[in-house]
Amino acid sequence: MPDLSINFAGIKSPNPFWLASAPPTNSGYQVMKAFDAGWGGAVWKTLGVPVVNVSSRYGSVNYRDKRMMGFNNIELISDRPLADNLREIEEVKKRFPNHAVIASLMVQSRQEWHDIVRDVENAGSDGIELNFGCPHGMCERGMGSAVGQEPEVLQTIVEWVMEVARIPVIVKLTPNISDITEPAMAARRGGANAISLINTIQSIVGVDLDLFAPYPIVDGKGSNGGYCGPAVKPIALNMVKNCAQHPDVRLPISGIGGIETWRDAVEHILLGASSVQVCTAAMHYGFGIIREMTSGLEQYMSEKGFRTIDDMVGRALPNVKHWEDLNLKYKVTAHINPDKCIGCQLCYTACEDGAHQAIQLNAGTRIPEIIDENCVGCNLCSLVCPVEQCITMERRDDGTQHQTWKERTEADDIPVTFNDERAGGLHHWVPEPAAALGKERQKTLPGKARQYQEVAE
Amino acid sequence: MAEYATPTTEQEFAGNFAQLKPLMSNSEALLESSRCLFCFDAPCIKACPSGIDIPLFIRQINSGNATGAARTIYEANYFGNACGKVCPTEVLCEGSCVYTATGAKPIEIGRLQSHATRQVMDQGKHLFQPGAATGFRVAVIGAGPAGISCACELRKLGHEVDVFEARSQPSGLTLYGVAPYKITNEETLAEMAYLEAQFGFQVHYNHAISTRPDLEKLEKEYSAIFLGIGLGHTSALGLPGEERENCVGAVEFIEQLRIRQEQTAVGRKVIVLGGGNTAMDAASESARLGAERVVLAYRRGKEEMGAYEFEYDLAKGVGVQGLFNVAPLEIVGNGKVEGVKFVRTATLNGQVQTVPGSEFVEACDMVIKATGQAKQTSFLGLIPELQVDGKGRIVFNPNTGQTTNPRYFAAGDAANGGAEVVNAAADGKAAAHGIHGFLTKS
Ligand SMILES: Cc1cc2nc3c(=O)[nH]c(=O)nc-3n(C[C@H](O)[C@H](O)[C@H](O)COP(=O)(O)OP(=O)(O)OC[C@H]3O[C@@H](n4cnc5c(N)ncnc54)[C@H](O)[C@@H]3O)c2cc1C
Ligand SMILES: Cc1cc2nc3c(=O)[nH]c(=O)nc-3n(C[C@H](O)[C@H](O)[C@H](O)COP(=O)(O)O)c2cc1C
Ligand code: SF4
Ligand code: SF4
Ligand code: SF4
Repeated sequence: MPDLSINFAGIKSPNPFWLASAPPTNSGYQVMKAFDAGWGGAVWKTLGVPVVNVSSRYGSVNYRDKRMMGFNNIELISDRPLADNLREIEEVKKRFPNHAVIASLMVQSRQEWHDIVRDVENAGSDGIELNFGCPHGMCERGMGSAVGQEPEVLQTIVEWVMEVARIPVIVKLTPNISDITEPAMAARRGGANAISLINTIQSIVGVDLDLFAPYPIVDGKGSNGGYCGPAVKPIALNMVKNCAQHPDVRLPISGIGGIETWRDAVEHILLGASSVQVCTAAMHYGFGIIREMTSGLEQYMSEKGFRTIDDMVGRALPNVKHWEDLNLKYKVTAHINPDKCIGCQLCYTACEDGAHQAIQLNAGTRIPEIIDENCVGCNLCSLVCPVEQCITMERRDDGTQHQTWKERTEADDIPVTFNDERAGGLHHWVPEPAAALGKERQKTLPGKARQYQEVAE
Repeated sequence: MAEYATPTTEQEFAGNFAQLKPLMSNSEALLESSRCLFCFDAPCIKACPSGIDIPLFIRQINSGNATGAARTIYEANYFGNACGKVCPTEVLCEGSCVYTATGAKPIEIGRLQSHATRQVMDQGKHLFQPGAATGFRVAVIGAGPAGISCACELRKLGHEVDVFEARSQPSGLTLYGVAPYKITNEETLAEMAYLEAQFGFQVHYNHAISTRPDLEKLEKEYSAIFLGIGLGHTSALGLPGEERENCVGAVEFIEQLRIRQEQTAVGRKVIVLGGGNTAMDAASESARLGAERVVLAYRRGKEEMGAYEFEYDLAKGVGVQGLFNVAPLEIVGNGKVEGVKFVRTATLNGQVQTVPGSEFVEACDMVIKATGQAKQTSFLGLIPELQVDGKGRIVFNPNTGQTTNPRYFAAGDAANGGAEVVNAAADGKAAAHGIHGFLTKS
């Protein structure tokens, strides 16, 4: 039996699945119910000066028949009194001493940070998460993502917190930034014990076509909100990878964003997360989904021979390279299995209109045929084919050669500027006024172009 | 048997004849439409006799544009709502859906089609309007799928149209023939009213064209005449005892059923003669009317029946029993039907032969003859130069609908010998273009 328990930067929990700071962790009642259902930990809904919320506050991206592929909210932090939350944290910890309860915090001044950190420690929290991510409402007041976007400020606040914190401190990062590793490094410089990412992405999920207002609509008006759910996983994974690979971050990572099944969780873990947090999926399907997550993770670990979560963390990272380090001598072409093909011809239109015209239709059959000479191995057809394993990409090179873009440029094997004869030389296209005016399109060959240029000079 | 109690009220009738393809709710339509792959050169389109751009209308439904979907459907087929419910989709569009090759359920194209058209009908959204008047007048004989489709298209092209219909209501066999579990009278008539409101053609009901003077009048007043008269009554079998009480034709029986519904009388034990789709319908309908036993008697083996397999399955599903390789010799009885005398048959070299000495009588109190519809040859004989082929079908140009008398055009059952609503609708529309070409050229 694999061991699902983790020790994340000193915070222990029976499994790596935590509820992210959000509505599912709004009260002691919910958190205890979640622990009963099997969740390993919970990051309490962010505490701060109690706020008020608007109605409604959620928007959804529905794709065809699928609801909540993406989700957004314009909600603020906890709107319940701090004292109530602290009392409930204490109660949860008494009843569930081995589960992780992490207090998410967001306040302004140094004094407020000191006070609230002491309060949640006294209530029995196992850790603290600093919410530097909220992309609406709080950032306009200089909190949330406003902090997450300013590494200097972020570092200063982390330092304030570390002055008094005696339990592990996690910094939750906002994805609303061009380089996620900068706030991550600032968190480290400030002395944080771990980072978690991502918080929500600033977004508008849609516009009401009758009311001309963005969702969610509050009395005819709306605002940009924070985006999350299955649709954000690709962005989250990339940011987790960036932090995990950066030599100056080196902090445990709690992966958040689009986790709905054990597979999503494993992906976060293989790219460097050592705990994972879930919000939208729990809001969509309830706490019960945890059973599918733990059982899937356990099954996967047994099949792969992983004994602990740590065995898996970052296992995909060595295979995540820069583009210039990928092998250019690796060739694949598409192959259609005629026994599986159902004749929808989606591959044909995709390749014809969206790729390289490497698929042809033959009279008398609906099964398309790959034109090997034209196929560049882009993979598009196999992505659109609705039948599992019907179009496969088959290796065509003999595996004896390996050459990367970087190696080629270093060997001066490839032009890197236009002013290189191999790239056609500069000025191989001279716009002609006649053509620009749309009168007649003329073919201009490089040689001819030079003539024009000579005439001009 | 007796799976169905004899219906005595409208509700009980509706229960026994519950719709096989009920209208979809919005969520069903969303779920189902999201499955469509949007195939290239989609096989479903090719399989639809009216060539509806199926992937397009399904995607329109899915993107919340039911009105656009209805337009796509009606542009190809004016019986869009009815066809979604009455087409044998199992062998047409849905039968060719690529999903069948995966072992998964094909897209429910028919129900999606009715879903979209029903919405515009309910909302009274008009999608078409008559074209600018051309001054030409066309007479349409028969307000069935062929005639009405032809009339709609002619109006769209700007011609004035008068429809002459022998019965009191439009839509032909869609109303008087199709089984009530496929479409209700209310739905059929709603689509007719919707079309009439948009195109504004005149239908003269209870107005049979049956004599030479009738035709002469039309020939004088109209530039072209369209024949959408369908087929005739059930053909006679020529058996002794055929005139006995309770020996009825399937077409007539079904017509009663559509008009009088729960007031239609059915025997306790019914024998249906025939192996075509009409026989399957008549048998299913008898069972749903509460007959205790329904026997379907066919001259050849089960595999050789002309009916679609799913239609036979449907009949079997309501308890109908098959009696194969038997030929009826006589309808026996004393005034009323008491049974059918059969002889067993064997098929030798493709020929049905009777087995001497194997006669027997199968008791029953009702016989339904589903042995084909007669052609209206004597009426057609009143039209000069109009050729009819050996099977009683009007000879016509399939592209234009034009018959051998250049001013007469034809489509539907009268021309194709009997097919489906969708064929009549598609061909009626094509004939309108044939007429348009004829009028505007001359
Ligand atoms: C029992 C039965 C069940 C069927 N079930 C189905 C089914 O489930 N699905 C399906 O797609 N198809 C079904 N069909 C076939 C379908 O109904 C026909 O193919 C279709 O209705 C043919 O259309 P039409 O316009 O050519 O003729 P019809 O529908 O027969 O219409 C002809 C019209 O012309 C009128 N008419 C005839 N002669 C004259 C005249 N001299 N003057 C004035 N009016 C005249 C008639 O009263 C009638 O209204 C069924 C047919 C039968 C008999
Ligand atoms: C309605 C809602 C409220 C949220 N409130 C908070 C919050 O108070 N504090 C916080 O750190 N993150 C908050 N989040 C962000 C989530 O914790 C999480 O980072 C984000 O939803 C991405 O995870 P997911 O894709 O699993 O939903 C909230 C998210 C949602 C949907
Ligand atoms: S997409 Fe796949 S199933 Fe469809 S035609 Fe191409 S190979 Fe066949
Ligand atoms: S008209 Fe009939 S065959 Fe054509 S798509 Fe509609 S249901 Fe299918
Ligand atoms: S064949 Fe089926 S999946 Fe393909 S377009 Fe038609 S309905 Fe859609």
